[in-house]
Amino acid sequence: MALNPEFIGRTYPAGPSYVVGREKIREFARAIGDLNPVFHDPEVAQRLGYSDVIAPPTFAIVVSLEAANAALFDPDLGLDFARVVHGEQTFSYARPICAGDELVVTTVIENIRSMAGNDMITTKGTITTVAGELVATATSMLVSRGADE
Amino acid sequence: MTSTIKFADVAVGTELPPARYPIDRLTLVKYAGASGDFNTIHWNERIATEVGLPNVIAHGMLTMATAVRVVTDWVGDPGAVIEYGVRFTRPVVVPNDDAGVFLEVSAKVTELLEGNRAKIAITAKFDDQTVLGRAQAIVQLT
Repeated sequence: MALNPEFIGRTYPAGPSYVVGREKIREFARAIGDLNPVFHDPEVAQRLGYSDVIAPPTFAIVVSLEAANAALFDPDLGLDFARVVHGEQTFSYARPICAGDELVVTTVIENIRSMAGNDMITTKGTITTVAGELVATATSMLVSRGADE
Repeated sequence: MTSTIKFADVAVGTELPPARYPIDRLTLVKYAGASGDFNTIHWNERIATEVGLPNVIAHGMLTMATAVRVVTDWVGDPGAVIEYGVRFTRPVVVPNDDAGVFLEVSAKVTELLEGNRAKIAITAKFDDQTVLGRAQAIVQLT
């Protein structure tokens, strides 16, 4: 089923805030096997000028994904999750995510297009602090594979 | 932000130290829990093969997270990464054995940008084939 192109440009306002925990950052860093002390040791992070441990770059997806799902699970959009694969992912960072941050995400559906029987949908999540400071953006392109004929 | 690498010390073609990262079923379980991505194709062989995959595959975001480690380890301060993007072109298939698989990652500087920034192209291979396309990061150097 083709995705509904009327969703292009639709914006989903920020939901509840995400409070970044030090132990969550450590857990995420351990899961990717990354023992860089700046992800684990607040003193090392402070020597680099941060207030607490910082998160590995792709941790931003943990913050942005839930917000993106609010858009992607909209039944009127017509996305069949059983057929979805992650096509592309881009992050840009104003600064690293840091333990103690209280973050909110605004999501916009940037594009929907069809190619070779597949639907592609691009969402952009803008991650800011609750005070409005820009932290990062996360742009995701998902591919919904067409049904096999 | 305090990169240990100086802009003056890099040039187009500068190679970053390559690395080889293990990924096994336990890695996938840990990543699922830490990231909140519980998609069954990353831990349930029955479901993965039912949807046409050869076996359980790694989360694309785990591959992406692993590949950028060559950049964050090299640059000194991971906060120096100001942009990072990839295309997911091929899955990393993770068998149910004790050995797991390896992601082989190399990277080099491809462009010097204004403001002491450098663009880095990353190559991530599994089973001698690249798994990420157009993988690149921009770092802020001092």
